[in-house]
This record gives sequence, C-alpha cells and structure tokens, in this order.
Amino acid sequence: MTNALLDVRNLKIGATAYPPGEPPQEIEIVHGVSFTLEKGKVLGLIGESGAGKSTIGLAALGYGRGGVEITGGEVWINGRDILKGGMRGLRALRGAEVTYVAQSAAAAFNPAKKLMEQVTEAAILHKKFSKAEAEARAVELFRKLGLPNPETFGDRYPHQVSGGQLQRAMTALALCPEPDLVVFDEPTTALDVTTQIDVLAAIKEAIHDTGVAALYITHDLAVVAQVADDIMVLRYGDKVEYGATDQIINAPQEEYTRELVTVRSIRHEEKAPTPDAVLKVDRVTARYAGTAFNVLKDISVELHPGQTLAVVGESGSGKSTLARAITGLLPPGEGSITFDGRRLSPTLSGRSREDLRELQMIYQMADVAMNPRQTVGTIIGRPLEFYFGMRGAEKRQRVKELLEEIEMSDGFIDRYPAELSGGQKQRVCIARALAAKPKLIICDEVTSALDPLVADGILRLLLNLQKREGVAYLFITHDLATVRAIADSIAVMYRGEVVRYGSKTEVLSPPFDDYTDLLLSSVPEMKLGWLEEVIAHRKMESAGN
Amino acid sequence: MSMRIPFAAAVGLSITAIYFIVALFAPLIAPYGMAEVVGDVWEPSSAAHWLGTDNIGRDLLTRLIYGGRTTIFIATAATVLSFTTGAILGFLAAVLGGWADQLMSRAIDLLMSIPTLIFALVVLSVMPVTVPMLILVMGLLDSTRVYRLARAVAVDINVMDYVEAAKLRGEGRVWIIFREILPNALSPLIAEMGMRFIFMVLFVSTLSFLGLGVQPPAADWGGIVKENKDGIVYGIPAALLPAVAIATLAISVNLVADWVLNRTTSLKGGRG
Repeated sequence: MTNALLDVRNLKIGATAYPPGEPPQEIEIVHGVSFTLEKGKVLGLIGESGAGKSTIGLAALGYGRGGVEITGGEVWINGRDILKGGMRGLRALRGAEVTYVAQSAAAAFNPAKKLMEQVTEAAILHKKFSKAEAEARAVELFRKLGLPNPETFGDRYPHQVSGGQLQRAMTALALCPEPDLVVFDEPTTALDVTTQIDVLAAIKEAIHDTGVAALYITHDLAVVAQVADDIMVLRYGDKVEYGATDQIINAPQEEYTRELVTVRSIRHEEKAPTPDAVLKVDRVTARYAGTAFNVLKDISVELHPGQTLAVVGESGSGKSTLARAITGLLPPGEGSITFDGRRLSPTLSGRSREDLRELQMIYQMADVAMNPRQTVGTIIGRPLEFYFGMRGAEKRQRVKELLEEIEMSDGFIDRYPAELSGGQKQRVCIARALAAKPKLIICDEVTSALDPLVADGILRLLLNLQKREGVAYLFITHDLATVRAIADSIAVMYRGEVVRYGSKTEVLSPPFDDYTDLLLSSVPEMKLGWLEEVIAHRKMESAGN
Repeated sequence: MSMRIPFAAAVGLSITAIYFIVALFAPLIAPYGMAEVVGDVWEPSSAAHWLGTDNIGRDLLTRLIYGGRTTIFIATAATVLSFTTGAILGFLAAVLGGWADQLMSRAIDLLMSIPTLIFALVVLSVMPVTVPMLILVMGLLDSTRVYRLARAVAVDINVMDYVEAAKLRGEGRVWIIFREILPNALSPLIAEMGMRFIFMVLFVSTLSFLGLGVQPPAADWGGIVKENKDGIVYGIPAALLPAVAIATLAISVNLVADWVLNRTTSLKGGRG
C-alpha cells in the first residue's frame, strides 16, 4: 500500500522477563503484527494490560520502553522504514512527524517549566516554526481544545491547572509541531468520567480539525468507539480482530471481541430494604487534622445486612474519606457510626477486636495491600490465627477452603504476591477479608485498577460470596457501570456531601438532580455516536438555561 | 533454583571469607605467638618472616593476623549493636509518629551534631578502655546513622496499604515492626551494613592509633600503624600493611553488600 501514512509489517517485539526465582529470560511480547493507517484516520488499539497495545504504539516512534526491544518487522512512515534510519533518523521523526500523548500528563510535564515553553519546544527544536509562530499556534490549539483563557493559559505551570486541562495541554503539545501521526496512550484513563467526556470531545475535535492521523490506545472499548474509524483488538501480543468501528461494536466476529463488547452486562436484581441495619452512619462530619475544611459534611446513610450500598462520586468527593471514618482511621468530628446495633468508638484504638473482625476492608491496589514478603498462605492465614487462634494444619486447611471460595487452586498457598496476576491478587485480598468472617466489607475501588473482563470476574465473585455468606458491602467506586451491576442502594457524593441517596432504581431513574445527571450521562456507552449525542444534549440544555 | 554468583561478588565473598576465617582461627594460623619477639627490629621480608618484623622485632604477619582478629571482632560486634539499636528505635519512631517520633529524632540529631570521634575520645578518656566498652561506645554512636536510615525507610513502608490493613486488623506494634516493616526494609539496611562495618573498622583503627582503642600488647590494625609509623621515614613499609588489609576488606565487603542488595531488591518474595 503506497498511500498509507503508517505501514507496520510483521512487527515483532521482545522483552526481558524476570520470572520469580529463575534467571531472566528473553521472551517475545508482540508476535508479528501488521496493520496500516491512512492519512487523517484514527485507529483504535484495544486490549487488556499485557496485550502489547502500548508497546505497539511506541513502536510507531521507534521506541521500546526499558528492557523492550523491536526484534523484527518493519515500520514504514511516510514511505521510509524508520527502524533503518538509526538514531539520527529517529530524532528527526520523533516530535516532528510522530508525537505522543502519555496517560499521565501530570508525570509527563516538567513541573519547573511553564506550559507554553513545553508545548512549543518540539516545534521550535525541529525548526518547523519560529518561536512566535509556534506560540500563536499553541494559543490556537488551546482555544480549539476548549482551555480557559487560551491567550494566557501557557503562562501557567503544570501544577496550576487541573488534571483534565493538563491532559488537553498535552494534546496541544503533541499537535503543535503539525505532526502526521499522534499516538494517544490511554489519554483519558486517569481522569474522572465527567472530565473524561470533555477531554475526549476536545481530542476528537482537534484530530478532526487538524486532519492528523492517530493511534488511540485504550482498554475501554466504549471510549475508543467514539473516536476511532477502525479498531484493532489485541490479546497476548497477537491481533485478534481488525475492522471498522461499526463492525467491531455491532457485529464482532471473534469470541474474545464479543466478550469485550458485552462486558459489564452483569444484571443484579436489587433486594428490598430490611428494617434492621448492619451499618448506620448518622450525621457524620469529618476533617483532616490541622485543616479547617470539612471533607465530610453531615453524612447519613444506612446499609442493610447482606446488601450492597454503592458510594459513587469523582475524585475528591469524599467517598474514600467516608471509608476512613467508618474504619476508625479518621475519627469523625461529629455524628455517630452504629455497627450491628452497637455504637462504634470513633477511634481505631477504642474498638474491640470483635468490632475489627466484623468490619473488613479491601483496597484498590491489591499489590500494595499485601506484604510482598509474605506468602499467600501467610496473608490469608493471619486473620485466622489472629481472630480465631487457628494454628498449623487446621489453619492451612481453612486457607485452602478460602482459596477454593475465591476460585483459586490450593497450589497458590505458597506463592508470593509478585507471582500472581492482578485479578488473582485482588482475589487473595478478598479471601483475607473473608477469613475474618465479617458482617461488612468495605470495598474501596476494588475493580478500578483491573481490566474490564477481570473486573467482571471479581464482581461476580463478590456477588456469589454475598449470596453464600450474607456479607454486606459498602462499595466505593467512581464507575457507574459497576454500580449498576452490584448495588442495592446508592449514595451519590459530591464535594463531601451526599447529594442523592436511595434504592438503586430510585437513584437511577429521573428526575435527576444536576450532578447525578452529569455523572450518569458521562458514562461511555458501547455505541457509535454516543459522544455527539451527549455533547449536543448538553449544549441544548445550557442554551435552554 | 540456580545459584549463579557474579564474578565481582564471588571475589568479594572469597576475600571476605578468608579474612573472617583467618580472624577466627588466628592462633592456629599465625606462625608465631602474638607478642613474641622473634627477630631484629624491622627486618625485611624473608622465608622465616614473610612480611618482615615490626618495631620491636615481632613477626609482622603474625601481628597482622592477630590484629585482624581484634579489629574484625570489635567492628562486627559494634555493627550488630548499632544495627539492632538503630533499626528498632528507627522503626519504632516511624510507627509511633507524632510526639514520640519528634522527641527521638531531635535527641538523635543532638547526638549527631557532636563529631563522633571527639565524642568517643571524650567518653573513652573518662571510662576504662576495655573491648566491651569500645564496642558499646562505637555501636551506640553509630546507631544514630542507622536510626536515620531505618526511620526514613520505615516511614515509607508505614503508609503502605498492607500496613494499614494490619492496623485495621488490630495488630500490635511488635507484629507491625517485625513482620510487616522489617522484611521490607532489609535491602537498604543490608546495603548500609557493609558500609557501616567498614566505617567501624576505620573507627576502631583510628581510636587505637590515637591510643584510646585496643591497648598494647594486644595487636590491632590501627595499633600496628601507630607502632611502626616512625619506620616510614626510613622507607620501611610496615605501617602501610594494615592500610592494605583495611582497603581490601572494605572493597570485598562492599562487593558482597552490592550483590545482596541486587538479589533482594527485585521483589521476588525475598528468596529469588
């Protein structure tokens, strides 16, 4: 194909793996992937972590992250094989013809330099524009991306703008040198849903207006469906399916693609509230020591035995702080917390061992929630030993039973956390919480660090365990799809307050308050044109006001 | 599991091992008695005296072997003391936090603001200079450095979710310090241990050189330098030999420490 901008042929990428307890090995992580991209088109690369999507994206810049090396194949850009040009050729390519937008803009910007200097740097360095031209172009891009005060925006330092704005600034940085191709590596994954939608719309418009081609890498099929012309599904470094966005979403050919499209389809009938409550949070107000600002304002919620209360909100809404107040890590200033009919001491040290046992917690990042120097057996066994005094064979037997409950074989008992996958780690954390035979488990964003399919598995497991053990969950999340899947009742939090609270059906049906409406409409849907619909709807509403 | 030891580590390991074995079995290995006068003053090396003799005609190789025994023993004991004290206090400060942490840390700062050598000299000039006293003074003075490191490492570990999970479980401080923090703090501490051990060797040698360390006729490396330093002007290298011994030991111990650090930092459950 001669008119293709990017032509990747039989790309092979190798890496050095460090299997636990064994010498390092050379492995192949991308096995001969080929694709082409025409001028002005957007190709979505989708897959779970470890699928090789970022690795392939970076290969378009001729780059391999630490330990990763392009071992075979060709990458043609504008009619030349960039892998044959040596360092000099790559230097001319990167930042001029091909640019990159990283997942974490906060980590990608130099905190000591003003945004304008960083946004125009590549364009000036490659002598594409003079300083004045580049700055004029940057301002134009700031305006196009919907950034506030585009003329003066560049005078700010990275820490002076919000995360969503920074991600847009990063897009401006990538577009400033008028590249032919931009590689977007999960540009909206780290953002709140309500912010994601704005950034997504801005990126889409900028791509469209500048006519640049793009590789859009993400694990979220619903997101990529909004911006991509074509989609390539990857798994374990192999191409699974490649086709137009419409075909992938509406008529997937491969089983794996079908799974991705139908993910989050767990249906859960909400249970009717019961008169008794396992947890009652009554008018709780809390602030961090040394501050005058209440992060929790007058919070009252109730959770019934064996049910799930989902606490939803974006970052900074106070939902994790609520968990800290309930566990006693942050004693509330006012209000009371009643657990299973008894009033809990506000501080951790004032609680009995029975209080602690019946209230367990599961964390977002499973890898830091387990001591890397303890085996799975020790991690799950410790609560058994600590609360029930189990020892030796009895303890080991019970650990094996718990492993079975979380659908893992008992062969894992002597493994270390580093030898487990992300989903397995989270399962072990669930087993550790279950080992205490709790009445309530606080789940703090337990699925948000996981791939959609793995997250689905965890949610199913949690639902099954609830049925069997009758344990109640306080489920903290920013993801409304997860909420739909498992909640019986919902509390929507915004800036430290509960703005909407009730059963799942009540909360998720109209009439909505403004914030809940914003939150609900921001969840990407697995259909084409969803983004345009929402943006149009919002424009109409704001015009109506 | 394969046990492939890199070349540098193997060299370090064998030299260190030789030093420790020689120190341990000094009476069996040394060709003469420790304080035995066997020849003339500053004899050059010969078949009978491989490294020659010292300022009063004792066999220099014998003196070096016995000196190594004393020096290595004192340095090892002082390192162990300084690490136990420093690490436990440092971990405790990190776990307790707040007031207790401030109090301990500022007290340690105060101790560290006095130059170690001068402090040691003052203490040893009023106390009886015995080997246990040397170990105690050196170990405690050096534990301030270990405290600093241990506290810094533990403060980082203390905010990890698994420590929070242990606190929520209701675990006591002893469990948190020894089961959650210690295994994860070992790598930097072990790396530091090699370094501190060598500082101890230098420290005890300096003290002996100044006359407040190991007392004659007992041999130690610093003392050998002191006894033979006048020979340097006559071109007699006796005083330099302990320096060579200290340097080779320092390098080999640190080669081993580097290797241990490399093996333990990549989180493989600590057994990789």
